[in-house]
Amino acid sequence: MLRVEGLHSGYGRIEALHGIDLDVAAGEIVALIGANGAGKTTLLGTLCGSPRATKGRVLLDGADITRLPTHRIARMGLAHCPEGRHIFPRMSVLENLQMGAAFGDPRHFAGDLERVLALFPRLGERLHQRGGTLSGGEQQMLAIGRALMSRPRLLLLDEPSLGLAPLVVRQIFELVARINRDEKMTVFLVEQNAFHALKLAHRAHVMVNGRITLSGSGADLLSNREIRAHYLEGGAA
Amino acid sequence: MATAPADPAPPLKDAVIDAALAGLVAAALALPMLGFHLEDGTTSLTLSPHLPRVGLAALVVAGGRLGLTLARRGLAARRAGRPGRLARLGGRLSGTRLWVGWAMLLFAAVLPLLPFADRNLIDKATMVLIYVMLGWGLNVVVGLAGLLDLGFVAFYAVGAYSYALLAHYFGLSFWACLPLAGLLAAAFGLTLGFPVLRLRGDYLAIVTLGFGEIVRVVLVNWGDLTGGPNGLGGIPRPTLFGLRFAAYAPPGHHTFAQFFGLRFSPEHRIVFLYFLILILASVTNLVTLRLRRLPIGRAWEALREDEIACRSLGLNPTTVKLSAFATGAMCAGFAGSFFATRQGFISPESFTFMESAVILAIVVLGGMGSQIGVVLAALLLVGLPEWFRELQQYRMLAFGAALVLIMLWRPSGLLSGRAPTIRLGERT
Ligand SMILES: Nc1ncnc2c1ncn2[C@@H]1O[C@H](COP(=O)(O)OP(=O)(O)O)[C@@H](O)[C@H]1O
Ligand SMILES: [Mg+2]
Repeated sequence: MLRVEGLHSGYGRIEALHGIDLDVAAGEIVALIGANGAGKTTLLGTLCGSPRATKGRVLLDGADITRLPTHRIARMGLAHCPEGRHIFPRMSVLENLQMGAAFGDPRHFAGDLERVLALFPRLGERLHQRGGTLSGGEQQMLAIGRALMSRPRLLLLDEPSLGLAPLVVRQIFELVARINRDEKMTVFLVEQNAFHALKLAHRAHVMVNGRITLSGSGADLLSNREIRAHYLEGGAA
Repeated sequence: MATAPADPAPPLKDAVIDAALAGLVAAALALPMLGFHLEDGTTSLTLSPHLPRVGLAALVVAGGRLGLTLARRGLAARRAGRPGRLARLGGRLSGTRLWVGWAMLLFAAVLPLLPFADRNLIDKATMVLIYVMLGWGLNVVVGLAGLLDLGFVAFYAVGAYSYALLAHYFGLSFWACLPLAGLLAAAFGLTLGFPVLRLRGDYLAIVTLGFGEIVRVVLVNWGDLTGGPNGLGGIPRPTLFGLRFAAYAPPGHHTFAQFFGLRFSPEHRIVFLYFLILILASVTNLVTLRLRRLPIGRAWEALREDEIACRSLGLNPTTVKLSAFATGAMCAGFAGSFFATRQGFISPESFTFMESAVILAIVVLGGMGSQIGVVLAALLLVGLPEWFRELQQYRMLAFGAALVLIMLWRPSGLLSGRAPTIRLGERT
């Protein structure tokens, strides 16, 4: 579904990604783990056209999307939940969800809304509350729900666990698993929280300083001694 | 103290120091402005120092500042926990907005029939309505899309001059020119919008400010076309389905008074103009309210909230911004051609930065994005000063003081907060 070939990218003259190759098949959850500043957010951004790739290609179902403007990429079915959630704080939950369906077929709206609210009943209870007054976990649910409203082919999640309490983190990851299982949604998940991400993922990659250093199935990486030492110390909550 | 106020007031000593500093700044500013008196001697002009006035200004500012700090501390202590009465009133007004809107419209519609409504009052109400319309237009740009536009008056000028010139050179009627003026202004909005889309916040504000001035300077200097600083006169008055509001009609035409068998009175035209702007403003209101509920309106708001999210949801920020600019500009264009036909004469002097500032102040004071807030603020900022013309040069001083007071009293505008633009059934 998604294929990344020799991708280089960065900010101005500073290169942050030095040739990334990976692919995501339909129906999979692929995780990318790495320390702070490894370039995970930059990779997701580059997939969506901001920052621009300096070298390499991004293919979505065979179509080259490397040079398309960000909003066109989004319309092709790549839904990006950016780091820090970026919900619309002064708009109601319902309006946030509507924005997710902004360019879709309006006939799908009611059905999609029902589906998303079934996944996130909490959002249904707070439809007319302002986005900014939700708790962190609810905001993350809203960000994911909003992305789902656009009927994406591939869901890109950037650190959905950021700043959430352990219990809430577990809820969020369970929801991601459900979205993948029940909705047949393909997910590319970027995380620092390696334990949860690896448990969830079918396949995973480890990123260090803008390069992928290790790849394997989620279970393999979870039992890898090096990974345990670097990313899982005390993190197994 | 049982509960600490949210915004702890500084102790007395700090308040005094703060006030003294404010006084010093005021003195420094007042020195060149008030400190010298120009005397017209028999042979030459002489400057004579006039320091007491500087001292007075500094004292007034320092005293005001001290009073303000102390008053705030009193308020903060009294409030501690419960919302102020005024804030509650504002909340209630926002809750019953729809109601209040209809009541206001009804009042506006019967205003000319009321016994105390003389010519003067209707004239002023017309002026207020022009600003209400401008405020609603700018509200789309600033309040909804969050693009700070300091040159809005340029579109108002484009509208006014479009009508004046089209009528002058092509003999087109007001009704033919009105849509054209709107379209031309919208086209100018797109022209301005295009190069400045990448800018945001302060940078956008500066560029739009420059654009407003450019339009004015062009109007002043392109004498052949625009009449330069002398302006354009003899702009035709609007007709009601071809009926003229004049004492006599040229052969083949009728006057309004003849047609209805009334005795000619200049008041007919004033009332007609009033209703015309009332209708124009109401249409503006309807259209902008409607747009807000449409995807494009929601996109404006979303863009104000978070541009990154908009992009990743497939919205093209360029089109969204341009459409906001063009919509706002179009409203200003309509208002401009109405202004031209009402005055019968326009000159660049009517389109200075001050106008942009007043319109922006109306939007900000009204509480960004609130339609009724704009009406209240326009009444306050345009209506009151018109009645207080006797204050003469102190008018602007009172205007400034009013702005400061309102912003202290309600920092987020008279009616802040926004009503949800949609509801789906009643979920509980
Ligand atoms: N806007 C930016 N401008 C310049 N450098 C940036 C910017 N954002 C990130 N970087 C740099 O790019 C590198 C990768 O950052 P990022 O992709 O955010 O890492 P991660 O998401 O893995 O924590 C870091 O060295 C960071 O300093
Ligand atoms: Mg990151």
